[in-house]
Amino acid sequence: MNSQPFPLLFALDALTGALFLLTALGVVATRQVLASLQLFILQSLLLTISAVLLGIATGSQHLFAVAAITIATKTLLIPWLLRHTVSAEVYRTREIERVLNIPSSLLLAAGLIVLAYAIANPILAAVDVPFGRINLPLGMAAFFLGAFTITVRREAVPQLLGLLAVENGVFFAGIAIVPNLPVIAELAAAVDVPVITLVVGLLTRRIHARLGTTAVGGLAALREH
Amino acid sequence: MELAAILLLPVLASAISLSPLGRYIAAPATFVAMAAVLALAIGVAATAAQPGRIDSLGDWLTCDGLGALVLLLVAFVGFTAALFSWGYIRRRAGSAGARKLRHYYGLYNLFILSMLAVPILANVALMWVAVELTTLLSAFLVGFEDTPEALEAAWKYVVLTTLGAVFALLGFLILYWGSRVAGYEPFTWVGLVEAAPKMPPALLWPAFLLILVGFGTKVGLVPMHTWLPDAHSQAPAPICALLSGVETTTVLYVILPLFPVIRLAPGLDARPWFVGFGLTSAGIATLLLIFVRDFKRMFAYSTVEHMGIILVAAGIGGADAHLGAAYQMTGHAIAKSFCFFAAGITVLAIGTQEIAAVRGLVRASPIAAFALVLGGFGIAGAPPLAVFVSEFLILKGGLASGQYVTVGLLAVFVVIAFCAVMLHVNRMAFGAGGTAAALAVPPSCKATVVLAAIPLLVIGVYVPSPLHALLTAAAKAMGG
Repeated sequence: MNSQPFPLLFALDALTGALFLLTALGVVATRQVLASLQLFILQSLLLTISAVLLGIATGSQHLFAVAAITIATKTLLIPWLLRHTVSAEVYRTREIERVLNIPSSLLLAAGLIVLAYAIANPILAAVDVPFGRINLPLGMAAFFLGAFTITVRREAVPQLLGLLAVENGVFFAGIAIVPNLPVIAELAAAVDVPVITLVVGLLTRRIHARLGTTAVGGLAALREH
Repeated sequence: MELAAILLLPVLASAISLSPLGRYIAAPATFVAMAAVLALAIGVAATAAQPGRIDSLGDWLTCDGLGALVLLLVAFVGFTAALFSWGYIRRRAGSAGARKLRHYYGLYNLFILSMLAVPILANVALMWVAVELTTLLSAFLVGFEDTPEALEAAWKYVVLTTLGAVFALLGFLILYWGSRVAGYEPFTWVGLVEAAPKMPPALLWPAFLLILVGFGTKVGLVPMHTWLPDAHSQAPAPICALLSGVETTTVLYVILPLFPVIRLAPGLDARPWFVGFGLTSAGIATLLLIFVRDFKRMFAYSTVEHMGIILVAAGIGGADAHLGAAYQMTGHAIAKSFCFFAAGITVLAIGTQEIAAVRGLVRASPIAAFALVLGGFGIAGAPPLAVFVSEFLILKGGLASGQYVTVGLLAVFVVIAFCAVMLHVNRMAFGAGGTAAALAVPPSCKATVVLAAIPLLVIGVYVPSPLHALLTAAAKAMGG
């Protein structure tokens, strides 16, 4: 561990990673739609910082591109898209209906973080990359926490934010394990994420207009009787 | 050049459909574009069958045997579903429909474009993007009817399959990492096969599982299948034909080439996973087929069953089983799209999807009744139709390699599924009791049913030699 070539950058990235994980936990625990959006924006900013730190360390220009795209799409374009597709009512501060209460959610979340480390460790034992030790397990933890968020949320927008948090987790891990990210990463970040937001946002608006609710978790007309 | 043209035509047709002109010519423009795509795809398939690989636009586009087969199937169902849409969508869109119609065809063409792109993009990363776009571009097609049920189905479809795709994305990033560690740069299937023996298994293994589970969600493997019967029953019939007939197969195209990659890695064996997921899916789907109440959902569960069978076939391995898998993909695409066309004209004729509400359909709408029965035979695997032949090949391959438990279970599932499907379909078509008078079926829908019945009836008995060569080449690409 002490053989790290960039002790300062490594420490800063570790700090960023810790905050990144906290925002992921926050998205699980928060009770307000607007707060989950703000936490998501914060998480995206931390992803950007980590990409810049790793960019400086590895000298890979791709990482700066990822940082720029992340800032542009996730902190600016996505909030704008959501505001314009989803009706204002959805945004109004209020409690989110949820499947599980917050303490048990956090307990399960802790289990998921342990699981992320359990999966990441054998990988890192086989192949070591400079920043993988931080970014791979923490990215995977955020990845699981985002997926968990989708299952405990009933509201449409928080489910979407959970989905985007999963994507953030993948990128947080991705920038460390493949610093020369192939075209996939840039394309996914630049095209895929905004399209997901647009499609899901428009769908939310239609569900709201048609059904008068955005509690998609409560939709259960379709099932085997 | 053909490959580039195949991607260009749907873009043009989509632009025409969305333009003000689309109001008048969206349906015919889409139909002409799809016919041209089909003609080009047949040409590509003929070349790829001998055995070759086609490259285009530098090395951005490429097509091997398995890719050409998937391309051909997408082009075929894209063509028949376009013809079916012509009458069906006009009827369903109703009087306020000019705008809806343009949007439908605009998205229809783009959805086809994304499916055509998957088997011919050389870069695996771009292929992931294309798979992800198939979901996003078809979301509003699934929700087209605008009923609460359709919107619910669209929501589940988008959220679950996108989540799956992000799982797969992590898998592909790890896979890329592995090929970099092994010292290979180009991220293509060919490159991955070359890199596989040198990749650290610690990377290859989690990558494989993430991709299998992630894209397995989109294929509809149990237990990630929950969205599939909803989306495949609520979308308009021509879209169901595409979703069930070829979208699932398109995603399989991204999972199956992993098989030879894993096989080359030291100490790893993907077969138990393929067989395990496949048998679970086929078994659960068979159970659900018995108790199903909605005939579009019945066809959807049959898709889950077929995907399970194809996965088992890939897991069994060997030339026979892999040929059976390629054959089953073909038979499934043809028969399942036909089933949804039959379901579509039934819905148009009598306005319900409930199995119990349809009795003695043969008296109200003979064409719908005969189409349902023929479709039922097609997907259930009655001899001498294609699915029978492919399932026979798969079982034979399994017996020859001594995998008796797998073969036994698969045979039981196939037989039960056959009985369940035929029981439902026979009651609907010939059962006692009255179904209300039927509405007329639009001519384009009738024409589609007649046209789509031809390959369904022929391909089990007679496989033209270029197609046989193509199937063999596809089986080779799976590592058989």
